Order: sequence, then C-alpha cells, then structure tokens
Amino acid sequence: MNFSKLDMNLLNAIADLQEVPAGAINVRRDGQAVIRQSSSQVDIRTNPKNNGLVVEVKPGTRDETVHIPVILTRADFQDKVFNTFIIGEDAEVTIIAGCGIHNAGHGESRHDGIHEFVVADNARVKYVEKHYGEGSDQGKKVLNPTTIVRVGKGASVEMEMFQIRGVDDTVRSTIAHVEAGGNLKLLERLMTHGKQNAESLIEINIEGENGTAQILSRSVARDDSTQLFKASLVGKNQCYGHVECDAIIMDSARIKSVPQLVAEDARAELTHEAAIGRIAGEQLTKLMSLGLSEQEAVDTILEGFLR
Amino acid sequence: MLRLENISMTVNGNNGAAREIIHDISLEFQPGRLYAITGPNGGGKTSIAKVIMGIYRHNSGHIYLNGEAVDELSVTERARRGIAYAFQQPPRFKGLAVEDILQIACPDLDPLELRKTLRDVGLCPEDYLERDVGPGLSGGEMKRIEIAQVLVRDAVVSIFDEPEAGVDLWTIQRLIGLIVMKYQNNPRGAAIIITHNENLLPICDEIIVVEDGQVTQKGSPQQVWPLIKDEIECKMKYRCGGEALYEL
Repeated sequence: MNFSKLDMNLLNAIADLQEVPAGAINVRRDGQAVIRQSSSQVDIRTNPKNNGLVVEVKPGTRDETVHIPVILTRADFQDKVFNTFIIGEDAEVTIIAGCGIHNAGHGESRHDGIHEFVVADNARVKYVEKHYGEGSDQGKKVLNPTTIVRVGKGASVEMEMFQIRGVDDTVRSTIAHVEAGGNLKLLERLMTHGKQNAESLIEINIEGENGTAQILSRSVARDDSTQLFKASLVGKNQCYGHVECDAIIMDSARIKSVPQLVAEDARAELTHEAAIGRIAGEQLTKLMSLGLSEQEAVDTILEGFLR
Repeated sequence: MLRLENISMTVNGNNGAAREIIHDISLEFQPGRLYAITGPNGGGKTSIAKVIMGIYRHNSGHIYLNGEAVDELSVTERARRGIAYAFQQPPRFKGLAVEDILQIACPDLDPLELRKTLRDVGLCPEDYLERDVGPGLSGGEMKRIEIAQVLVRDAVVSIFDEPEAGVDLWTIQRLIGLIVMKYQNNPRGAAIIITHNENLLPICDEIIVVEDGQVTQKGSPQQVWPLIKDEIECKMKYRCGGEALYEL
C-alpha cells in the first residue's frame, strides 16, 4: 500500500509513523481499512456488525505494540467506527491509536470513534490516542471519541489522550469501571485555539476493593476557544481516586472545570485538585532571564505543560 | 564592566502614594571580583538585582554593561548580553524538566558538563535530570537548580539572590565554595551575591551594605566587616534563641 505525502503527514502527527511498522496494525483511511496485519499474539478482524474492528490480544502476551490509526483525507467526509479491544489475562500491550483529519473542503469532516476495552485480570495496557486536524480554515474538523473501559482484577490501564491542534469541535466521553485491585490512570492533554470548542466528560466507577484511579488533565485554551471539563470519580468500595485538572487560559478563551467526587462507601478515599489560571508572570520572567524571548518563553511553558 | 550610575526607583505603595525604594545608587562591578550586597530585609537589595536584570525599571540614572547603556533593553536582551540572575524564590514549572531548563540556560552545554554542574550543587543527575522543576521539589532543591542555571552560563555578571535561603548548612558551604571558585579571579565575569551569610561576607572582595534603598557602607571586608559584624552576630543570637537572654 502506498501512502501519499498527506497520508504520511497525518500518520506521523498522530502515531509517529514514518513507515509501516512490524507487528499488528490497522490503518483506516476515509472509512476503509487500507492496511491490516495481525501478529502471532494480536488478532485484528472486522467485527460482526461490519462497522469496526475487534482487536484481540492473547493472554500472556509480552512487549507487543498495536497501531490502529484513522485518517480522513477526503473533504467533508464523515466516519463512524466501533472498535472492541479484548485484552487477555496477564497480557502486556501498548496500543497506539489516534485520528488525523485533513479537510480541504468547506463543510464538516467528522470522525466518531467508539472504543470499548475489556481488560482481563492482571493485564497491563498502555493506550495512546492523539487527535489532530489540518486543512482549509473553512472546513470544519470534528472528532468525537467515546471510550468505554473495564479494568479487570489486578489489571492496570494507562490511557494518554492528546488533542494536539486543529480540531474545531470535540466531545470526548470516557466511562470506566475498575474492579478489585485494578488501576486506571487517565492522562488528558488538550489544546484549543481560534473558535474551537472541546468538551471532556469522564466518569470512572471504582467498583472493586482496593481499586485505584487517577485523572490527570491539563489543557490550554487560547484565542476565543471554549473548554468544558467534567470528571466524576465514583468510589463504590474501599478504594482510592484522585482528579487533577489544571488549565492555562489565554486571550479571550473560556474554561469551565467541574471535578466531582461521589463516595458510595465510607472507606472510599477520593481527592481532587483544580486550577485555572494565566501563565504566571514570574515564569515568563524566569525564562526570559535565561535568554528566551517572551514568545519563546510562552511556547516553552505551554509545550512543557501539555507534554 | 557593569556600572550603575545614580539609579533611583519609585513604586506606588498600597495607599497610592509614590515610595522610593532605591535612592541614587552608584556602583561599579569589575571582572574577577566577588561582591556581597547585604543589609536588613526590605532594604532594597533584591530590587537592585532586579533593576540590573531589567525585571524592574528604574526611574532615573543609567546602567552600563561593558560601556553600553542597557537601560532600555528587555530582560531577554540583557540576558543575551551576559547578565544572569538566580532568583531568590525561583518559580516552578509543570512539564519542564531540570535538564530542559539547564539547556535553555546554556543551549550549547556539553551533557557531561551539565551533569557535573548538578553534582557540584549536590544533586545526583540520575535522580534529577528528568524531574520537573515543579511542585515535587523542595525549596532547597529548587534553589540548587536555580544556582546551577547561573553556574552553567558563562555570564559577564552573575547575580545570586540569597543563595543560602532554604538550603541546609552543609550545602551552603558547598555552594559558597563553588561560587568563590568560579568567580574570584575569573577575568571573564563578576559575581554579585545578595547574602546575610557570615561565612561568605568576609571572603568577598567587596561588601556593599544597602539600607532603606541607599548604600550605607561600601569597601573591602577589612573595612566593612568590623562595622557590621557585631550587628550580624547579634542577629544570629536572636535567630538562635538568644532573645530571652538579652531580655534577662
């Protein structure tokens, strides 16, 4: 399969891909799978409804990486996909997902991705998802990811979700259930600019004894963009959970941050921290005193913050 | 090399009335020499440092660096011309690692030299290089990293604002040794240290006492130290719990 320069730019932006990697991979372009390759430990197949994938990682798998990027290159194209990830017991796997949109048209290009993860007991998963948009100023780029996760007993799931830039509208929904001894760590990094809008709605239910969950969100809102962050941690057992949402606000942007803690068991220990603020003047002065210009100092602070 | 000529600075106080915090200060700093600025809290020492760095703007007078007037230059431009400043209370950053900030301070720095500097200030590179210069570090650790940022630069004038503040006694001696070794008799640069440290003051080349925004004493340690020694020792006793003794 030959990829165009445009395809490769998008794949590089969302999945650091410069060539087709070894191992399990499925590249979806404009609603069609253009590359699909399973490995001895990871099976990728079309789901029974023919509207997405089933990615099945065998129990006991080690050091396996799965790539499942999606790119939209046709103008004003709309795509919807349902993917299911079944992670076997005691498996260790990294999943690189992400969606890049190039919309050269004047209408709306949209990708709705519904990802369901069923992580068996004692498995370890790292999931990385990057979203990126480019193209004409008139063409709208919309990404609406829905993530549903069940973390099995003693399993550990780390999800890194980045919105790099160029996405005009996003509603990101995440619902998770954590069983006994399971751990879910959710890292979210979001940048909005122009007139973009981003909503992140997260609900994590810690259901099992000694389950743990962390939500660590950092976002930057610039220009006239708006952001809504709603994160709910529900402790249903003896468990520990923490929500941390930090945001840098600039220009005429607006941010609403609503962390919510719900304890349904007296042994649940839930905490949250939330902060919204401008870049501190002292931080700028410090970096300028090292020789950076004011703009370089701003860029350095934002880049670090969203790392 | 660095000359302050009749510098005054006025700020608006809480009641809106103008208040002069630096009054007609003239000072000269030469390469290879170690200068200590000392004096009571709130006397204007940090304000002088910030005026030199360009963080605060003076209302009258001139600052010359190697003969060039830098009054109108920004903080960035002064830094690029060779003024370095270790903040008294360095700001914290999320997502900016120790290695990042040291590389910003000195982009061409050899990685081995970077690690050596960290070891010099008493921090193990393996433990600190990838850590954020952020809320996870103690005040003392922040201070050492701040000092390292100035040490890695080959600045014309290096200003250390209370390098001893928040640092344990053992590390203070180490930091003093480092600063003395790097700057004393170094033909390329001078160091200005804002300090109350009674071990550092006598070994500097010149002591400048600043009170109420004015220079009240200036000269070699032999000249100035005997005049302020008793006062500093008295403050030390007070700090060490001598208050009751005096009252008795």
